Amino acid sequence: MIQLEQFLILSSLIFSIGVIGIFLNRKNVIIILMSVELILLAVNINLVAFSYFLGDLTGQIFALFVLTVAAAEAAIGLAILVVYNRNAGNIEIENINSLKG
Amino acid sequence: MTAPLLSFYLFSAVILLSSLMVISSKNPVHSVLFLILTFFNAAGLFIILHAEFLAMILIIVYVGAVAVLFLFVVMMLDVNFTKSKENVLHYMPFGLFIGAVFVCELIIVLINSKLDLANIQILSNPFAKFSNMSNTQALGSVLYTDYILYFQLSGVILLVAMIGSIVLTLRDRTGIRRQIIGVQLERNSSSTVLKEVESGEGVDI
Repeated sequence: MIQLEQFLILSSLIFSIGVIGIFLNRKNVIIILMSVELILLAVNINLVAFSYFLGDLTGQIFALFVLTVAAAEAAIGLAILVVYNRNAGNIEIENINSLKG
Repeated sequence: MTAPLLSFYLFSAVILLSSLMVISSKNPVHSVLFLILTFFNAAGLFIILHAEFLAMILIIVYVGAVAVLFLFVVMMLDVNFTKSKENVLHYMPFGLFIGAVFVCELIIVLINSKLDLANIQILSNPFAKFSNMSNTQALGSVLYTDYILYFQLSGVILLVAMIGSIVLTLRDRTGIRRQIIGVQLERNSSSTVLKEVESGEGVDI
């Protein structure tokens, strides 16, 4: 039988792959947005796994809300990306340094 | 091994491999396609966990909307794929260090946690309450009653996201011919040229 721990380890691995993706990627912002989607997917797997093993439906409800916010975030992020590409001509992360941060 | 366990291992192996490919492939289009593969397999995991509605929503929302949006933007922006990834190696140790720290912390917390799931008494929506319903019906009966405020707030979030992305990407172009409804509606027969044309004769203008 599948244990809760297996799901938790899987989702922590996906989460870490997403975090590594944010750090490693220096080429374009789209990969970073995809890494954020991976992180949110890991959170969703956690929520649904706890919902199943706890026998409580609330986790699935919150996974639904996380899904909504992830969709909104992807839409806004891609819109910002399109506007940035229109102004700057590229979306390479190395060149995004006008704030000198 | 039972069938759920086997399929769990299959799905999670594909998820891990394809999410590694998402962050490491050179072509962003391949990244988006691997992201789609990841979401399909995550939907399989949700079905193992008896969350059928969420599995279908994951496929519809992520594969049907978000991944297609990503693909659309990747193809529209015409990103330069051929550039070498030489400076990736520069950040590789730091990124791997951060990732390893995350994995180790999460697994240490997991090992040391003493969560006795079987003996938790306070459940707000236990499955037993919905034993005669399907998953979708059970979700609806909770979502539209206890969580109606959050449901409507998520609708507001989606509305704000829609308006925001339209406002961000809208631009006024100059020098293009637009339709002017008022001028169109003001036209009448006195300002137009009407001619009787014989069939096959043509007309001189």
